[in-house]
Amino acid sequence: MKAILLALTLLVGSSSALVGVFAAPAWAVLPDEVLDDPALESRARELSKGLRCLVCQNESIDESNASLARDLRLLVRERLVAGDTNEEAVEFIVERYGEFVLLQPTTGGWNWLLWAAGPLMLLAALGTGALYIRSRSNSSPTREENLSPAEQQRLREILNE
Amino acid sequence: MSAYMSGMITELGHFALILAFLVACVQAVVPLIGAHKRWPGWMAVAEPAATAQFLLTAFAFGALMHAFITSDFSLRLVVENSHSAKPMLYKISGTWGNHEGSMLLWVMILALFGAMAAWFGGNLPPTLRARVLAVQSSIAVAFFAFILFTSNPFLRMIVPPFDGQDLNPLLQDPGLAFHPPFLYLGYVGLSICFSFAVAALIEGRVDAAWGRWVRPWTLAAWVFLTIGIALGSWWAYYELGWGGFWFWDPVENASFMPWLLATALLHSAIVVEKREALKSWTILLAILAFGFSLIGTFIVRSGLLTSVHAFANDPERGVFILMILVFFTGGALTLFAARASTMQAKGVFGVVSRESALVANNIVLAVSAFVVFVGTMWPLVAEMFFDRKLSVGPPFFDMAFTPFMILLGLILPIGAMMAWKRGKVTRTLQTLMPAFILAVVLAGLVWSMQTGRSLMGPIGVFLGVWLVAGAITDMLGRLGKSRDYSRLFRLPRADWGKLLAHSGMGITMLGIAGLMAWQEEDIRVAQIGETFSVGAYDLQLQDVEQVKGPNYFSTMGTVSLLQDGEQIALLHPEKRNYPVAQMPTTEAAIDYRFLRDVYVVIGDAQDNGGYVMRTYIKPLANWIWGGCIIMALGGGLSLSDRRYRIAAGARKSLQPQGVPAE
Repeated sequence: MKAILLALTLLVGSSSALVGVFAAPAWAVLPDEVLDDPALESRARELSKGLRCLVCQNESIDESNASLARDLRLLVRERLVAGDTNEEAVEFIVERYGEFVLLQPTTGGWNWLLWAAGPLMLLAALGTGALYIRSRSNSSPTREENLSPAEQQRLREILNE
Repeated sequence: MSAYMSGMITELGHFALILAFLVACVQAVVPLIGAHKRWPGWMAVAEPAATAQFLLTAFAFGALMHAFITSDFSLRLVVENSHSAKPMLYKISGTWGNHEGSMLLWVMILALFGAMAAWFGGNLPPTLRARVLAVQSSIAVAFFAFILFTSNPFLRMIVPPFDGQDLNPLLQDPGLAFHPPFLYLGYVGLSICFSFAVAALIEGRVDAAWGRWVRPWTLAAWVFLTIGIALGSWWAYYELGWGGFWFWDPVENASFMPWLLATALLHSAIVVEKREALKSWTILLAILAFGFSLIGTFIVRSGLLTSVHAFANDPERGVFILMILVFFTGGALTLFAARASTMQAKGVFGVVSRESALVANNIVLAVSAFVVFVGTMWPLVAEMFFDRKLSVGPPFFDMAFTPFMILLGLILPIGAMMAWKRGKVTRTLQTLMPAFILAVVLAGLVWSMQTGRSLMGPIGVFLGVWLVAGAITDMLGRLGKSRDYSRLFRLPRADWGKLLAHSGMGITMLGIAGLMAWQEEDIRVAQIGETFSVGAYDLQLQDVEQVKGPNYFSTMGTVSLLQDGEQIALLHPEKRNYPVAQMPTTEAAIDYRFLRDVYVVIGDAQDNGGYVMRTYIKPLANWIWGGCIIMALGGGLSLSDRRYRIAAGARKSLQPQGVPAE
């Protein structure tokens, strides 16, 4: 939902259809959902932050006001109360709603590429950067041979100011 | 003014827009041929054309704004996005609060930067100036065509209705009224850097002077982009109802990637200017920075990445922008591939030097932009190639992106103090030792005070203190052994700009870490008259009443915020309902303080007569945007440095001042 709201800021036409879809913002976890056991509740909150509200835009069920998000929050709590570990509770939900529900993608399949993209790129960039710096520190200074005398004069004027 | 005159203004606006398109076509071709053939007359077309193009576009924009202000419901756009009862500020901001109007703003800013390059470009070699203006205008041609053929804001209604459908109430907010213009000034402003880069490639020459010409434009765009992003994030914080400030949403990422690349460009252009190295990389960055602005525009307009709830968006528009993106980025990159080898670096520097540090800065910033890009596009890639529907959300970005910012923060103060050409690590580290110790001590203190909380808090404190103290150490180091503090004020403004920008980044990091690590939250049903405590504060829900605003109804609570039994603030959280748009919004009541915000939200009435209340204590929240504003101020100060005022062709300096020779 935030996606849409923010998109609106950058601006896509605000159609009335779209406005209708999103009723009250801000009603995430309601007081009647909260579990009595604080440890269990904090685990539930933690898990909720990693689960996507399926009818919203890029919003976790912890933040969302949609009724489906509420159902999922209750489901998570139900599983935890029933004695599931965090992993089991998440797996239970993924089995029903698919991996789309996970805000943090898994590392399985080609997803390793997603996770490795940053570190690999960093290594490549560091390598290239190191080569460049070495070439700069080894080469000898060249003159500004492709500038005419007038241009060199102009360049000096600009740089010296 | 008569309805007839009013209608005339709108028609004239439409006509001016078409004329601007034609002028842009001429400006894109004639000066380019002129520069190639060395015909001064043809090259000279560029300047008046750039001015005319801007004035015509501004007139068209003004005409559209006039239609919004006078609630001219014969225009389809006004009907769909305005209402006669809307407050004046939002009638005005409604002009760009929709697709068509915001594209007109986009192209007006494009024309503005072109015109400014013409006005302040007196110092540029004539061929370069002609080419810059022609390239800039060719981008404008594409966007004028886009507006006129797919998104014309001046279309009429056959039967005008009596009133409009109102602007999305979430957008009826002062922070948001100015968010798009700033954002656009930023990422459309990068177009001029792109034009400079392409012109230099056509010209086949990049030298120190080019670096000096390009840098102020990058700085200006960067300052606006920083403010624009900060405004958007601040708006999300107070308006969306739970105080989130960044969601790693595709649309946010669309503005963040150009910011990261512009920041890299800002730094690499210094190396070109001072040391004539990193030339081809800087050209590439200038192309990429604007390329990412175009990608951002594409992401936002096409609705491609947020397809679950498709925007009321025309795929035709998406394809059009994709074509613009491919043509300009692809064309520029092809030109780059052909010409990059002709740009030889001149400056020679040691492995340990400011140049190397700036290379490191660029690596970290560019790779972090790449991470954001991959994360943003991955759901699309996975669906197209691996047939997997998956999400890449905040947890991914927090894990994959944050380490780069930590790395950047760690090396920044060291790099910033390194000498040009050949530096000494040990000497720099020695100078920075007090700053380092201070940062470690404060981080340790914070760490020992908190129990069982995120490590982000202490890390953030360390980085924040390290950056600010490092920047101050750098500044004091400029004094040399003299300890004559009055000399500080004679240092170039660029030095002050650097101090502010780097400190601002530290302050933002502190704010983010504080908010993420130490937030407290309370959710409950409160009865009227009930007092409850959250953290060190007591809150009393005193009253809830129904209030009528200009174009909304509100359920307004009165909450007394108490500390040690004394009232320190009276807060009025609201839940509003906008009947025309049929949409409720929450208006959080926030007690802003230097060290923390108390953030109170009121919700629905419950069956037992109570109201749902949410209360958050948000430590250091203001520091996030405060840091951004300080960063932007630093950029502005650098921009006003004497050497740019002269190089950019400003004819008189604002005030006489002594600048020590470097």
